[in-house]
Order: sequence, then structure tokens, then C-alpha cells
Amino acid sequence: MSVHDLKPITPLWGTAAQIDNLGDMRISECPDWALASIAARRGQEDAMAAAANKFLGVALPDVARSASKDPFTAFWTGPHQWMIEAPHDTHEDLAAQVKSALGESASVTEQTDGWVRFDLEGPHCDDVLELLCNADTRTMEQGDVTRTQLEHLGCFLICRAAGTHFSVLGPRSSAGSLHHALITATKSAT
Amino acid sequence: MIINHPLLGPRDAQEFTYLGDASLIDRPDWQAEDAQQQFYEYTYLRENPAGEHRELWFHEAGDRSWLVVTRNTLTHEISNVEMASDVARARGRSK
Repeated sequence: MSVHDLKPITPLWGTAAQIDNLGDMRISECPDWALASIAARRGQEDAMAAAANKFLGVALPDVARSASKDPFTAFWTGPHQWMIEAPHDTHEDLAAQVKSALGESASVTEQTDGWVRFDLEGPHCDDVLELLCNADTRTMEQGDVTRTQLEHLGCFLICRAAGTHFSVLGPRSSAGSLHHALITATKSAT
Repeated sequence: MIINHPLLGPRDAQEFTYLGDASLIDRPDWQAEDAQQQFYEYTYLRENPAGEHRELWFHEAGDRSWLVVTRNTLTHEISNVEMASDVARARGRSK
């Protein structure tokens, strides 16, 4: 039996993305992004980098950095490993697109539903994040990326604009806990 | 304790998990004549130095790479940090 009336829900179990405005800070659930991870196969590092450059229109970024060229953002996650981000509306099959572009040079994994992305925007981002994690966000520049522990969860922290706009990518199954931590820290820091 | 990650710079030790002696990189050849003796030693016997010790650490809450950390067990001073993949390749391993 097939079910035709399933409704997609966001990581916070809503039918629309949750936006919290706390003073001059904003915390937004961002469900509209597709993710795929790529890892170079042994000895294929250069071939994968060339193929990825052609597909993305921009070179894969260096350690702890991200690189963007509309509609893609790629960020470094580990040695010879990157995550690719693109709008879900146009790239729902991102992993398949990336796999066909990179071929045998890379292992590609669909990641979209494994993660929740929260964007933290406003003038107090550093004050909030220093309560939550080890990352020295005051030294992070636009495009810097680090993995850090936030509310005991391994999260990627992406600096979209120094001091004023960060994305936190955490495990989707802990979206509620991560959201609670962000809200609590924001209330405390502002 | 701060571990100076070769790629990411200084990172708090709480981001890492500890595995043990770096000699675990040198897994014996299972087809050797004395494989049983070699695996007994590999599995159970460890040096326990009071001083410099080379050990494997995993950057679990970071980029998830394995590191070989040279640490003084008396002072906890860390004198060298290398990527375990580089160490393994330098010792003739293919991966």
C-alpha cells in the first residue's frame, strides 16, 4: 500500500521553519538546504579536486574553510573530505548529481536528512557562541568553518559574516536540544 | 591539556579520545610463521614508560583524524603531534 498524503516536516517537527527573534538576535531553522559529503578515494585526490572544481565552479576550499559559487557552498570537514550544500528546491538529488560529476574519484554520501541547520544572526553572535562551544568565534572570518561540540553534540560551525552571522549544523535527531541550547544561551548573553 | 593539531592548530584535549600506544600502527603479518606469538605481544604487551610516550589520539569532536601524539607521561608535556596516516606511510604502510 502506498501512502500519498504524507506531509514533510522540519527537524523541529513543524510544517514551516521556526524563526525565533530574541531582541536583536535571530535564530532560524533552515530546512531548505540539501547536503552531500564527498571523500576522495585513495590516490584519486587530484582527480576529485579537478572534477569538483568543474562541477562547483570553484575550487574545493582549504583546511577549515568554505568556498561558495551560486548555488553551491563547499566546506572542509576533514582530510580529503568536504560537504557540499545547495538549495533543496533545485538540488533535492544533490548526492546523485555530485556522484555523476565526480565518478570513481570520490565516495559521495547523501547527508540532507542527517543534519539540522540553525542560522544565528545579529550583533551578539560571539557572546552567544562563547557560552556554547570551544570555538574562538571572534577570530573566525567569513568563510571559516570548524567542527566543535555544542550542547555535547558534534556540530559544524560556519562563519557566514564575521561576528554577525553563523550557521550551526548539528545532528537532526537532536534538533530540539540544539535549539533549546541556542535559545537559552541567546537569552543569557543578550 | 592542549593538543596542537597539525592541520587545525591548538585544540582542547576534551575534543579527543585516547586509544593507546602508537605501536598499534604496526599490526603483525597474520601469515608470518610466528603470527600467534606476534599477535599475543601486539594485543597484550605494552611499554609503560615514565617519560616520553608515543600514543594514538582520535579527534572525535573535530575533523576525525587520527594523530600520533608524543607526550611525557610525567609532566603531560606534548612535544610532537603528527598525522597518524603520515606516520603509517613513513613506516611502509599503504594506507
